[in-house]
This record gives sequence, C-alpha cells and structure tokens, in this order.
Amino acid sequence: MNPDNFETIHIDTDLLILGGGMAACGAAFEAAHWAKKNNLKVTLVDKAAMERSGAVAMGLSAINMYMGLKDGKNSVEDYVNYVKTDLMGIARDDLVANIARHVDSSVHLFEKWGLPIWKDDDGNYVNEGRWQIMIHGESYKSIVSEAAKNALKELGDNGQYFERIFITEPIMEGDRCVGAAGFSVRENKFYIFKAKAVLDVMGGAVHIFRPRSVGEGLGRSWYPPFNSGASAYFTLKAGAEMTCQEVRFVPVRFKDSYGPVGAWFLLFNAKAKNAKGEDYMVTRAAELEKWAPYGTATPTPANLRNYLMLLELEEGNGPIYMRTDEAIKEVVAKIPDEKEAKRKLKMLESEAWEDFLDMTISQALNWAAHNIMPEKQPSEISACEPYFISSHSGASGAWISGPKDLAPSDYFWGYDNMTTIRGLFAAGDASGASSHKFSSGSFTEGRIAAKAALAFCVDNPETVSIDETKVQEIKEKILQPLVTFEEHKDYTNDEDVNPNYIKPKMFMFRLQKIMDEYAGGASVGFKTSKPLLDKGLEFLQYMKEDAEKLAASDLNELMRCWENIHRMWQAESHIRTILFREETRWPGYYFRTDFPEMKEDWKCFANCKWDPETGEWEMIRRKVE
Amino acid sequence: MPSFVINEKCDGCKALDRTACEYVCPNDLMVLDKEKNKAYNRAVDMCWECYSCVKICPTQAIEVRGYADFMPLGAVVQPLRSTDTIMWSVRFRNKMIKRFKFPIRTIPEGTIEPDAGFETGSDDLKSPLLRTEPDSLGTELFKK
Repeated sequence: MNPDNFETIHIDTDLLILGGGMAACGAAFEAAHWAKKNNLKVTLVDKAAMERSGAVAMGLSAINMYMGLKDGKNSVEDYVNYVKTDLMGIARDDLVANIARHVDSSVHLFEKWGLPIWKDDDGNYVNEGRWQIMIHGESYKSIVSEAAKNALKELGDNGQYFERIFITEPIMEGDRCVGAAGFSVRENKFYIFKAKAVLDVMGGAVHIFRPRSVGEGLGRSWYPPFNSGASAYFTLKAGAEMTCQEVRFVPVRFKDSYGPVGAWFLLFNAKAKNAKGEDYMVTRAAELEKWAPYGTATPTPANLRNYLMLLELEEGNGPIYMRTDEAIKEVVAKIPDEKEAKRKLKMLESEAWEDFLDMTISQALNWAAHNIMPEKQPSEISACEPYFISSHSGASGAWISGPKDLAPSDYFWGYDNMTTIRGLFAAGDASGASSHKFSSGSFTEGRIAAKAALAFCVDNPETVSIDETKVQEIKEKILQPLVTFEEHKDYTNDEDVNPNYIKPKMFMFRLQKIMDEYAGGASVGFKTSKPLLDKGLEFLQYMKEDAEKLAASDLNELMRCWENIHRMWQAESHIRTILFREETRWPGYYFRTDFPEMKEDWKCFANCKWDPETGEWEMIRRKVE
Repeated sequence: MPSFVINEKCDGCKALDRTACEYVCPNDLMVLDKEKNKAYNRAVDMCWECYSCVKICPTQAIEVRGYADFMPLGAVVQPLRSTDTIMWSVRFRNKMIKRFKFPIRTIPEGTIEPDAGFETGSDDLKSPLLRTEPDSLGTELFKK
C-alpha cells in the first residue's frame, strides 16, 4: 500500500466533535441548536458507526445518574458529596455539580426519544439505587445516535458526520488547537479537519493492562476493547495538562464474562461472600477505619469494597460469590401467598436475565454454558483488569475549566470544559476529576462542552490556518507503518516475524505485560512500588523507540498500530503519576507497597503535562477545593 | 470464536454496497470475503461479543459461540430484534431453554424530534441553560 496513493481530504468546520459515543451524541444534539442560531458549522467524526459505537454499543440495563431534582429526591450537593467520598476526597466539585444540575434534562429527553424507562404503578421511574434508574436499554445507543443525527440535519449543509474515520493527531497553530488528522479505515483517504474549536470525546482506554483472559476471551474486557486511549493521547500530544492519570478503575464483576453486579447489589440486595459464607464487608469492617473518613462513610467507596475482597483472596478465602440464591430466596420468603411468590420469582428471573442481555450478553451465555440458575446457585465474582474510564469510578482525563458560576477562580479559565490548550475541549472519558457521569452524565457533559466550544468560536472568529508543510509531515508520520511493511515484508517467510518491524498485536501484548507486571496489574494483586515502576518506565522507553517500527499490512492494521501508540501514552502518563503520588489512596485500585498509607499532604490532584517542544514531562500538584 | 457466520445462510448482503455486519461492528472486525461472498470475523479475540452484527444480520446468519477459553460448549443465546421488542432464546448446555422478551423503544425508528416538544428558555450562548432547559429539567437550574 503506497501512501502516495492516499488522497488528502480537507474539511473546514467551526466545531469539530471527535468521537461518536454518548458524550459525542450529546455534543452534536446541543451544538446543532446553538450553531444554527450563530450560523456556525458542526462536524462529527466517529471511528465506527454511530448507531452502535462507543461504550453503550451493546446497550445498558440502567441509567446510573439520575438526580430526580424536579421531585426534590436529591440535591446537587448530595451528588457532589457522594462522588468525592467515592474517590477518596479527590474530585472537582464544580465539574460534578455542573453535570448533576443538567443531567435530568438529558434523561427526560431520552424518554421522549423512545427509550423505555421502567415505571412503577404511579408512573414514577423505578430506582435501582439512589441515583440509578432501570431501563429496557437494548437500543439506548441507537436511539441517542438517531437524535444526534437528526439534530445535525437541522443544520443542513452546516451539519455533517463522518463514520469509519480514525483520528489520531491534533493539529496545532501556536498555543491553539485548530484541528485533527486521521484516516479512513475503509479507503485510501487521509483527512485533515480544520476547526475553530475541537471537542475531544473519544472515550476511555482498555487493553493497557494484560487482561485476565488471553485466548479468545481477550476481547471480553468489561469496558470495550475499541476504547483504546485516543482521548488521552490527543490531549497529551496537544500539550494539555492532565489530571488523575493514576486513578484507574478496577471493576468487580461476575467472573470472566464481566456481567454487571449493580442490579444484584442494589435492586435485589444480594451479598458478596467468601467461600466460607462470610460477608467480608462485615467481618473486615475494622479495616475500613484505616481509610477514614471515606472508609467509614456510606456507601463504602468502590475501591475499598474491592480492597476487602482482595484481602479475602490473599488469605485464600476464594472463590468469592455473589449470593444470588440467598437474595432471591429472601425476596420470595417475604411474600406469604404462594401464587404471588411464584409470580414474583418469575419476574425476578426475567429482570436478572434482562440485566445481562441488555448490556453484557456474554454473561448470559456464560450462565447458560455453566447451567447456572441464579435462584438456585451463587455465581463467582472477581476484580477485572484495570481500565481508564473517568465516566465511571476512575477519574483520569484532561484538566478542564469549570463553569463560571460554580468554579473557584483557579478552576476557571473562560469556557466550560476547555482544556489548558486554547480551543481544545474535553468531555466524557476525556475529561478528568469528575467521575460517576456514566452514560447520561457523559451525554450531558458533551452538551455542556459543545455549547461552550461554540461560544469560543463566536469569540474567536478569525480564520485559522494550517501550515501545508506540517500537514505533509503529519500525513507521512501517520501512514509510516504501511511504508515500513511494504519496505521489509519480503525479507522473511512470515510477515508477522521480521527483524525490521513489529506488528501492532505483539506491540500491545508487550505493553500489557509491562503494565501488568510492573505497574500493578491483576496478576500481581494490583501492587507496585517505585523500583517496579522505574523498571516499567525503562521498558516503556524501549517501546517508544520501537513504536517507530510498527508495521501495518492494511488499513485495519494501521488503525491497530495507532490504537496501541495511544495506549502506550496512556500507560506512560499512568506510571509517571503513580510514581509521583507517594501514598496509597485507592487501595482497591492500586497499592504502593513502599507507601502503604493514605497521607494528608497528598490530598491534592496529581497532574501531568507533556511538553510538545521539549518532549519533557512535568508533574504538578493542584489543590482540591 | 465469539461471532461466527453460518456459510449456508450468509449471502454477502448482495443487494447492499456493504454488508450489514461490516457497517455496524464497533470494532471493525467483520469483513466480506469477496471471492466466497461470505462475511467473516477477522479477529475473534478482539470481539466484545456485543451482538451488534448478530442483531443486524438480515439473514440471521451470525451467531456467537462463547469464548472457548472459559465457556463450556453447548450454550446458545440468540436474539430476534423487531422494531419495538427483542426476543431472546437462551439454550443451556443441559438443553434447557428460556425465552425472554423486552421492549426496545417506545416510538418508531426514524421519528425522533431532537427538541421533543421542549422549549429552550434562553438565546444566550453564555448562559448556563442548555438546549430545551429549563423546560426539560422540570425545575429551575441549580445555582450556587
């Protein structure tokens, strides 16, 4: 494949939305309205097909963030406190509050757009937990993407979306981000998008750590394998300051297929117990006091629930079971009428299966393959490998400006959700320190960011220019793996084994091995220390050099090359930040064996920044306010 | 194997420019073998088992065989997705069959109106009010 045969397509727009998931759809919906009023263009670029792209591709069985503000069920402050406690005191109140005050509006829109939300006999939403509502969400993403596409249509020629284009490089002019470069994964076309404002909403990162399953099950990550760190790479390469890059998320889910546990814990009140039948949240309650005030708060932070389970496993008390059998028995036992009890049992069974079928079909397949009937026998749960997902219970992402009316002065620099780079905005998994946004909050944050980005376009109407020599350089760099392959492929008998290059799959495995063994992956019980991290960083430097020798035989493999370069950057910022924070604050996510305690002087954000001029990393402490 | 294509049933979506499974796969795994005129999953170990290809296939030629590194053989979970509901057939290894039906949307595909009848309360690009607010919130916007 000769790069000279790649046509370069130039697209000029005002607001460029990079991504097609929940945050991107929220952005498109919101942007269309304000762009129309201000005669601006909006362009969205997705690496897949919006109908089923991003983390909600498969569907969801619940919306995890709904406040119920109109009915006075909760307050915005309640949510801020909940999130900050769950993240062991490290969160941006202004960002969380901004999402919380708008999120119900998004959920009400979803309902009108045709998303079936469970209702009780009085017509109220059925809560799974305090903030979670139950949905029949198989088509959640199809519905939301249809609304986003219809919104873009309102703009006529000024609203466009592109699918199957993989974005990889930010385009900078001085201190401002003015666009993005990428390529089609279907035809030999190279794209340059020029924009007044760019919104990075390309999701979180998976497959940075070695997964527990490494055969076919490699793909069964809890968060999708196609979320490969594009967001973090983009903001890092633009020179934006990042936050909470150490705050990975390790979900505890049904073992191997990683089916959701939320409905079991919250809706059915099931307990997780060790092999002896002990509820470790009770027997190990004293451990939680060491992590006060967060450890003694209710609900117990996610990472501490993990931690108590990991302690059980260390002592050899596994397997750990979700006692689905006991939970169902308890519910049914409360109903004296036998017929009514039977009806309830059938309903619970259907709800339990729908929970999987709506969002992790593989778990239903797993139960069927093991002949598991949840009302009769318990199911194993386990901690997944670590992921980077600030929309859930992790927090990694870009350091962004808060809203003028809620942010303290050092958290505000002009536009909601703008990174420290002019014209570059972030939301969803791309923005950090505002965890627990989930699907509805990510959509909402996309809306907030898009509106602010359009305000930036209006305030900065000057035409942006892109240096043509730079375009050519970027094009050559992005297509290099195709050239490398062409040049050397005939040297050996096996195109995957060649001393002149490395294929992206082995490159990914190498990264996963380093991260797993040195940066506290699943196989070492999430433990690490300075000597291990230093070693990991040393090995990453070899990877960075070898990244220049990645080779691709086709467009699909070219995408895999870049996905893995993105992962490598996410990995490096992660190791550097864990190294910087000399304490253990989220023991169920990672444990620094050389600094095993939480320290008051580390009650701050650990930020980092890569300088595009010098290639140096800078580590920065920022106050938690 | 995750998703696999039943040769006999796949017709390569002959009437379309691109097969439905190629169009939809969020991880760009489904490809059409032009010589055989059959689609296939090119990297089964990168498959999320999201079933997007299974649900969209016009000839129901795609099924999923659970990841062989941790699932015993013999189970089948197969959907039949209509315009407003999805019907799931779950066959256990021991041959037991369970069937579930759930709604998937309450208004027809293609009819979504973005504003959904809500009014936007401000024309000010600098106001914190978003499109359709405060109407869609059902209450005033929270302020500090």
